[in-house]
Amino acid sequence: MKTLHIALSALLPLFALFAEANAKTIVVCADCNYCMPGDAIAVAEAGDTILIKPGTYYETNIEVDKALTIIGENFPVIDGQMLDHIITVTADSVSIRGLQVQNVGLSFIEDRAAIRIEKARHFKIIDNKVFNAFFAIYAANSTHGIIKGNEVRGEAVEEMTSGNAIHAWYCTHLDIEDNELYGHRDGIYLEFVHHSRIFGNKSHNNLRYGLHFMFSNDDQYYDNVFRNNGAGVAVMFSKRILMHDNLFINNWGRSSYGLLLKEINDAEIFHNIFDTNTLGIFIEGSNRITYRENDFLRNGWAIKMHGGCTDNHFTHNNFLQNTFDIAAEARGVDNSYDENHWSEYTGYDLDKDGLGDVPFRPVKLFSYLVNQTPESIVLLRSPFVGLLNFSEKASPIFTPTDLMDHTPLMKPFSRDQKIQ
Amino acid sequence: MNKILKYSLYDLVRSRWMFFYFGFFLLFTLGLFWLSPDISKVAISMMNIILILVPLIATMFGLMYFYNSREFTELLLAQPIPRQHIFLGQYLGVAGSLSLSFLLGMGVPFLLYGLTASSDIGLFLTLLVSGVLLSFIFSGISFYIALKNDNRIRGFGLAILVWLLLAVAYDGFLLLGLAHFSDYPLEKYALGASLFNPIDLSRILILLKLDIAALMGFTGAVFKKFLGSNLGMIISLIVLLFWVLLPLWSIRRASLRKDF
Amino acid sequence: MIEIEQLYKRFGKNEVLKDLSLAFRQKGTISAILGPNGSGKTTLIKSILGMVLPTRGLIRAFGEDIRGRWAYRDKISYLPQIARFPENLRATELFDMVKDLRRRDARDKALIELFELEEHLQKPLAYLSGGTRQKVNLVLTFMYDNPVYILDEPTAGLDPLSIIRLKQLIRHEKEAGKIVLLTTHIMSLVEDIADEVVFLLDGHIHYRGSIPQLKADYQAPDVEQAIARLLAGEETTEKAFTLNPS
Repeated sequence: MKTLHIALSALLPLFALFAEANAKTIVVCADCNYCMPGDAIAVAEAGDTILIKPGTYYETNIEVDKALTIIGENFPVIDGQMLDHIITVTADSVSIRGLQVQNVGLSFIEDRAAIRIEKARHFKIIDNKVFNAFFAIYAANSTHGIIKGNEVRGEAVEEMTSGNAIHAWYCTHLDIEDNELYGHRDGIYLEFVHHSRIFGNKSHNNLRYGLHFMFSNDDQYYDNVFRNNGAGVAVMFSKRILMHDNLFINNWGRSSYGLLLKEINDAEIFHNIFDTNTLGIFIEGSNRITYRENDFLRNGWAIKMHGGCTDNHFTHNNFLQNTFDIAAEARGVDNSYDENHWSEYTGYDLDKDGLGDVPFRPVKLFSYLVNQTPESIVLLRSPFVGLLNFSEKASPIFTPTDLMDHTPLMKPFSRDQKIQ
Repeated sequence: MNKILKYSLYDLVRSRWMFFYFGFFLLFTLGLFWLSPDISKVAISMMNIILILVPLIATMFGLMYFYNSREFTELLLAQPIPRQHIFLGQYLGVAGSLSLSFLLGMGVPFLLYGLTASSDIGLFLTLLVSGVLLSFIFSGISFYIALKNDNRIRGFGLAILVWLLLAVAYDGFLLLGLAHFSDYPLEKYALGASLFNPIDLSRILILLKLDIAALMGFTGAVFKKFLGSNLGMIISLIVLLFWVLLPLWSIRRASLRKDF
Repeated sequence: MIEIEQLYKRFGKNEVLKDLSLAFRQKGTISAILGPNGSGKTTLIKSILGMVLPTRGLIRAFGEDIRGRWAYRDKISYLPQIARFPENLRATELFDMVKDLRRRDARDKALIELFELEEHLQKPLAYLSGGTRQKVNLVLTFMYDNPVYILDEPTAGLDPLSIIRLKQLIRHEKEAGKIVLLTTHIMSLVEDIADEVVFLLDGHIHYRGSIPQLKADYQAPDVEQAIARLLAGEETTEKAFTLNPS
């Protein structure tokens, strides 16, 4: 039995070659033999290409159950008229490219999607446009797929009645790259998705998160831009996530953050920019995480720590012009903050080694007060509060005495300098 | 009134105090820009000066001017003009020349450092507007105090007390109140209490430009409405203008009833 | 032209004017308002000018109740006692300002010549001497041809020559049919130019009469002595009065 299996596997490329040789292209257009994509798929065989000419095709529940390449010419429109699923992929090695899929209605029973991938491998969803869909691109129980270069525009109004732009569930080895995602609940939602890469995406103006991890391990995301979302990125209950070279910008609002870490272990966060977010990073119950060489600019709070966090290490980050640099509710264990640059630092460097000679305490008394009584934020930057902060600095009573940068950098850390 | 304003401006713009005041702002602002390329840091330092020093100087200068020109005021009172015009004219002269010194002293460095073209222009305009409004408000308060108190020592004492109260102590009491009643919903109280202090109001106006990311982190619906839209800025400006009008109205009233 | 009826003025507990009735009707008269310190001279003058608001009583100027009015002041020239002006203004600007306020033909040129002020016109007022400032004060007062002049210590700080010129000026106004009210501590000035004396004591009129009558009443050779006797008489009666109970 096993040998047969191996033999068959060896023959597989041969079959593919054979299929290739016999592959045909079926054209779909209003005046063609096949005037609906579904008709063409029904007669096509694995390996065929279906070319859809420009036009608007009103069709739902198109099932792609064989390895087809579906290509749209000048973005033909497949319109679901707010009725049902539009395209469902159930076979391996399906590629969909150049379509404009639109109008998928809301359902409270099922996750209706414009393009749904179900138990498939090696799929490619590339350069499509998906407009006004409940869920746009939905992958479940699938692996080794590429979702690339798609533009997804939703018209979500509230979280309860909206779906995600890209939604993956129980998948591995996905590449989600260079998509532009906006107007949905989450830009990208990943649940039980492992060994995947998310990069080069622009996720903005989504109601909830730009990117959302749940129970997903060993993933990485980089070179993404998260702008104006309810919150930038939420990483929850996941392990070993690499997060680097992302831009988190203008994520404003109540309990809003650039990045939320909740019950995260063993992550690395580096080379990111957190610019003008209500909270730069909100950390809750997360352990063994390194934060290095990130820039925190003009955030309300650069870092807020909540619940027990151990082994969080901040180094070579730049904290510039944040209203509050760090707020830590619980004391935490084995967290360190050394060798960062703080624009609020007023110390000196007599021995000229680039490190300040007096330690910096990034937690202000006022930050503690605001935590106790949020309304006291109206006193932010009041001269009176300045006096309070000053006296607290001189002899800490309310703020943790051990939370300090022992060796603050005098100048902002520069990665370029490091290379020289 | 315009005539009185004209001649008191003639007098004041040549006053050496105005030169000092202008020079102080000019050197201070230039110094800040020279020391730190970090715009936000400069803005925060300027904000502190505007919130503390501008009211103090406006108060002291208003009193000084009023008390020093008492004899001249008598001469004016014998002229055929309504007496409230004299005081409003003089007040506008003081407030106007203080504002002018402030605007030039802080504005020239802004222009020199090319901030008009930068994205921080809104922040710096807010700083300038706050400074001007505070100059008007506090010279108005000082004029009122001077009108009500012929005794200079009493007048200066009262003025310093008012300044101390509004610039520092008020926030202390507010914070105390907030901390003490922190179990209750306080956002209306917190915002409302700020409206009653022009210094707090100016500070919030500046915060709306400087720290909006932090201000947005609050759950309260009133906060969100106030801070999240232009509403906060509009209300703050309107109340500040009211704060300008209040001393003006009081000066008018007091001047009609006073013996000289 | 100036009529005061039952005027009361109280500053806090201090009653400065008590039931004071007084009229200045006769054109071409110089009335010297005299009295010890605190007798209410300045308060009376300031009440006429509307600077002090009466507690009770009526003041009419040119037939009109002055309460809440200001236009009548255009017909009154006032010389304030202390000549202090905005430090950084020049004398010309000060003249311009008053002309700007009154908007009538002024005779400031002739007066500037009379008091030899030309060389001081362009200096900031802070740099002028007290006497020069008083001259500026005088020009400000006399530059308008008004039916009523009120002069508070007009000779203060003036050199003798200027005093002579000032007296000429006042006489000239008298001859032109003006009413001049004058307060001064210099009795020779009263003797020289005044037609009558109004003597205030404790907020009411203690004595009013022409200069010859005053001298006759107190059998004094000059005004100074007459006033001294007037005051002395008052004191002796008061002393006698206070001594009686004990």
